[in-house]
Amino acid sequence: MKVFTKLSIAIAFTAVTATAVTAADMADEMTIVSWGGAYSNSQMKAYHEPYMEKTGIKIINDESSNEAVAKLRAMDEAGNVTWDLVDVVASDAIRLCDEGLAAEIDHDEVLAAAPDGTPASEDFGELIVSDCFIPQIVYSTAFGYRTDMVGDKAPTDVCAIFDTKTWPGKRSLEKRPINNMEWALLCDGVAKEDVYDVLATEEGQEQALAKLGTIKDDVIWWSAGADTPQLLADGEVVMGSTYNGRLFSVIEEQNQPVAMLWDAQVFDLDGWIVPAGLSDERKARVMDYLKFATDTQRLADQAKYISYGPARKSSAPLVGKHAELGIDMAPHMPTDPNNAKNTFLYNYEFWADYRDDIDAKFQAWLAQ
Amino acid sequence: MVDTAEGHAFVEFDRVQKSYDGETLVVKDLNLSMPKGEFLTMLGPSGSGKTTCLMMLAGFETATHGDIRLDGQGINNIPPHKRGIGMVFQNYALFPHMTVNENLAFPLEIRKMGKAEREEKVKRALEMVQMGAFGARRIAQLSGGQQQRIALARALVFDPSLVLMDEPLGALDKQLREHMQFEIKRIADDLDITVVYVTHDQTEALTMSDRVAVFDDGRIQQLAPPDQLYEEPENSFVAQFIGENNTLEGVVEEIRNDQALVRLDGGGLIDTTPVNVSKVGERTKVSIRPERVEFGRDRLGEDAHTLNAEVLEFIYMGDIFRTRLRVAGNDDFIVKTRNAVNQVRFEPGQQIEIGWLAQDCRALDA
Amino acid sequence: MQKLRALLLISPLLAFILITFIAPIADMLFRSVENKIVEETLPHTVALIDSGGDIETVVPGEKVFSALYVDMFVAAEKKEHTRLGTRLNYEESGISSLFRKSGRRVDRLDVEVYREQFENIDPSWGEIATWQSLADNSDASDMLPRAMWAYNAWRDYLIADGDNPDEEELEDFIYVALYDDLIALEDASEAGDLIQRSANAVPDFETVNFKEAFIGFDKDWGAEDVWKTIRTYSPPYTEGYFLNAIDLQKEFEGYSVRPENERIYGVLFMRTLFMSLVITGCAILLGYPIAWLMSNRPMREANLLMIMVLLPFWTSLLVRTSAWKVMLQQQGVINDTLVWLNIVDEAGRLVLINNQFGTIVAMTHILLPFMVLPLYSVMRTIPETYTRAAKSLGATNWTAFWRVYFPLSVPGIGAGSILVFILSIGYYITPEIVGGTTGTFISNRIAYHISSSLNWGLAAALGTILLAVVLLLYWVYDRIVGIDNVKLGG
Repeated sequence: MKVFTKLSIAIAFTAVTATAVTAADMADEMTIVSWGGAYSNSQMKAYHEPYMEKTGIKIINDESSNEAVAKLRAMDEAGNVTWDLVDVVASDAIRLCDEGLAAEIDHDEVLAAAPDGTPASEDFGELIVSDCFIPQIVYSTAFGYRTDMVGDKAPTDVCAIFDTKTWPGKRSLEKRPINNMEWALLCDGVAKEDVYDVLATEEGQEQALAKLGTIKDDVIWWSAGADTPQLLADGEVVMGSTYNGRLFSVIEEQNQPVAMLWDAQVFDLDGWIVPAGLSDERKARVMDYLKFATDTQRLADQAKYISYGPARKSSAPLVGKHAELGIDMAPHMPTDPNNAKNTFLYNYEFWADYRDDIDAKFQAWLAQ
Repeated sequence: MVDTAEGHAFVEFDRVQKSYDGETLVVKDLNLSMPKGEFLTMLGPSGSGKTTCLMMLAGFETATHGDIRLDGQGINNIPPHKRGIGMVFQNYALFPHMTVNENLAFPLEIRKMGKAEREEKVKRALEMVQMGAFGARRIAQLSGGQQQRIALARALVFDPSLVLMDEPLGALDKQLREHMQFEIKRIADDLDITVVYVTHDQTEALTMSDRVAVFDDGRIQQLAPPDQLYEEPENSFVAQFIGENNTLEGVVEEIRNDQALVRLDGGGLIDTTPVNVSKVGERTKVSIRPERVEFGRDRLGEDAHTLNAEVLEFIYMGDIFRTRLRVAGNDDFIVKTRNAVNQVRFEPGQQIEIGWLAQDCRALDA
Repeated sequence: MQKLRALLLISPLLAFILITFIAPIADMLFRSVENKIVEETLPHTVALIDSGGDIETVVPGEKVFSALYVDMFVAAEKKEHTRLGTRLNYEESGISSLFRKSGRRVDRLDVEVYREQFENIDPSWGEIATWQSLADNSDASDMLPRAMWAYNAWRDYLIADGDNPDEEELEDFIYVALYDDLIALEDASEAGDLIQRSANAVPDFETVNFKEAFIGFDKDWGAEDVWKTIRTYSPPYTEGYFLNAIDLQKEFEGYSVRPENERIYGVLFMRTLFMSLVITGCAILLGYPIAWLMSNRPMREANLLMIMVLLPFWTSLLVRTSAWKVMLQQQGVINDTLVWLNIVDEAGRLVLINNQFGTIVAMTHILLPFMVLPLYSVMRTIPETYTRAAKSLGATNWTAFWRVYFPLSVPGIGAGSILVFILSIGYYITPEIVGGTTGTFISNRIAYHISSSLNWGLAAALGTILLAVVLLLYWVYDRIVGIDNVKLGG
């Protein structure tokens, strides 16, 4: 049964990814998985193109990051991993590492040191949240609002989302408990440092859902990062949460009447993992790419194309101007001190433990 | 043009025209009148307009011009379901999702007839077509002939005064068809219903009908009882279309004493009865039935004209002999002779002399 | 021979279906009950629990903790402990980090004392050769199962890491396993000298209290809830996934209904069935007239209609669905038009999307061709003479339609309905995009468990139930309407 199953999965998978397989087996090609859209584009410009020019290796972009964990697990079961490098958020990196699907990395050995000689592990510092994870950017999930729909009182506080009297209209929130539960507790009088202790209890979870319940009829729940920017641009919502890079693009690139609300935004990380079980040859090729693509200058270069902060401390001073708009990118970074006065750091351990449980409650609450 | 000789007209077509596209007429100036109780057949090749006429009568097509009257009432604006006309369709159109009984009860239910009466009528109708035992069957469980009977019963069960039949026997094999012809005729006579029957099979038309309307090119070419139609065709189309016929072409040379002398294009003079010719010099097609051709002079008058013929083929067909001749340049001249004692049997290549009575030979339109 | 040839002819299709259809379904059925991960990751712990040893209380005693230490050490080396933690975390929050943390701590726990004492009995305990000869001797292996297992596991993970075990020093945890074996050994008289001597010595050994150590890693190891979960889910097969899928839960004490604020699947199943029915109904209402028109119009017009019906097929699913968003949203085309026509005022813009209505509209549109095509192909084969016959028998247009035409078109409705219903029951992209919170389907949860929570067992159980519901409905349909009455064409 098991052998047969594995066999069948393997065959099915081979059929689906036949092109990728041949590509991966060819000596001068590498399949890199990322999120697609503007983000993949920034990686293409900052990393892939210079690397391809330098080495002649062809990089194939696969836009499957949002289902990377499931796909990697399926590939692992089938015993045929066709990806060489995968861009994932930190929580997924932790899960992949837990599941043994991502290879552990010796950061100092694999990655380049900072220009001043600081070893990589120190330069990235505590952003290395998992042994398998190579941080790339810091992003935040923040709120944007329609400047023309808030009247003369621009919101400055995250609790504006719960204040439908002052700011009537719909809000868009992500259709998952993570972040929303924290904001709900924060705006229901729980001190910032107690949020996760409260959220670990049944009562705390109910409290958060009750708070969210006060605006349930005013919320449009999103599941794709592009939703909130679109809803804001269409005037469907007065404010909504999404990734700060998406908001940057609505505000600066599309010139929509939208502004950032930098408060209690949630810091999160995005970076690389190397799938477990690559052949030595493929692994060596990936490591060479990683060393190139995560050095201080390249990480800073990515910020020319998208408003996410480089994960290396040493990269921050090198962040320059937007490649096309020519505006200074530093003030748009989530890591900029002006923006980062009041922030959350995504609590990976808490959510690894409570995600299943709270998600079940959250979805049950939504369905009511 | 309304024929009142046979009593009160029950169905009447009065200068009816029909065109589908507004340009070409499928039915041109149709006039027809039939009394109650008549069995009338519309006969003609496909495309002659006969089915269109039937559909206009049934109400599925509307006449472009003219009136159609039923029992003295104009029905042009009456929808089909209110005309009360029974109809048997070419492929029977029995409802496959109903049993035989349900099919028959359908028109009665619609007429809101009580259950007991309905059942009684259905039973009688089934017995009439000798299908009494098949009431509970599904349509798909019946043979073609059985379906035909059920279709007939369904068209009759609600006692329509007029029944239309659109080539109802076309899908049956020859033997069954012949049997059903008698059956339908018997039932029609028993019930004394008026029937308009459409077919392209002339034998069927001749066997069953009181009168036959021969259609061609959107017109009735001749409307007459079968014997008259066969023996006295009024034009060359009818002569050709009904039964087997020999045609010779020529010019009228002389008309006298109800006889016309015709000079054939292929040479020779013959005696004919003028039908569509009236003056000397007119072109004509002469029609002679194969069984009316004579070989010896004994049955012809002394002064009768004869023609020389060459035997091309002799076929023994059991009851008759069929001889193909070359006559006046026509290689397809057929002669039929009865297989009687001492009847001559020709040999191919034989030269013979043929002739006929003037009354059997009709000079028609060219 | 004939049969063989026929079989040969269909064998490519058979193989194709087997691989792409039957096997995944079988795999799904299997996954919905499979639970071997606990037994495979913690073999000795589970064996002890199953045999009823040392578990008089919910939190077991030292023997189980000692076995847990050996299991956990190997699991941590193989990086399998976190996987098990994730699995058990589906049932009890906190186990994920408990296992991750314990895996790290186990590695650092000092158990050198066992090794020292064994080496004091005989220094040869410290040599690989001794261990290898025991491993090669089946009698000794039978006598020392855990030690031999630990030894082999140690060799395996070293080799997997690319190291040569013959050049490495034996790990301390192997001696813990050896101690456990010898303590449990009732009769050592058959054994060799080394084992006899060691067996006699172990009762006086200085030991590590593993229970205390584990509770020291994390106090949750002393919590009843954790052990209840482990013990409930220790068997290799479990009905737990199925219970979760119907809002029940398997607990140490037996089955129970999930607390109300966690119940979701019952609601979603009912909603999925209900909305699929509504969508099927809408597709019939909209598709029937179109199909009728198509089958009664000249070929050219019918083809044009057909193209319009098929148009949604030729646009990508996401584009179609997004187009509906633009149409239906509150600042969308329909609302703008209504406001412009003064039918609704600016404040009263209708909510047409992100709810059930939006899902029904978008999905009816997408699935309409699946209704129209079978309907059309059946209607095309209904001869016009049936309706004419009915009319000649006295039926009005409506009666002719209702009593004759409609019953004959029912097989098309049946085929279309089965197609639309089964397709809609499994749809998830459209409800995800336009369904909001009240318009999502059970498949959205299945997708979530497949790609996000990675709880494939639960996803498989939900999928199996969905499959069973479809088969059940199919059976009911067969009983009521008759499957012979389903036609895709003449």
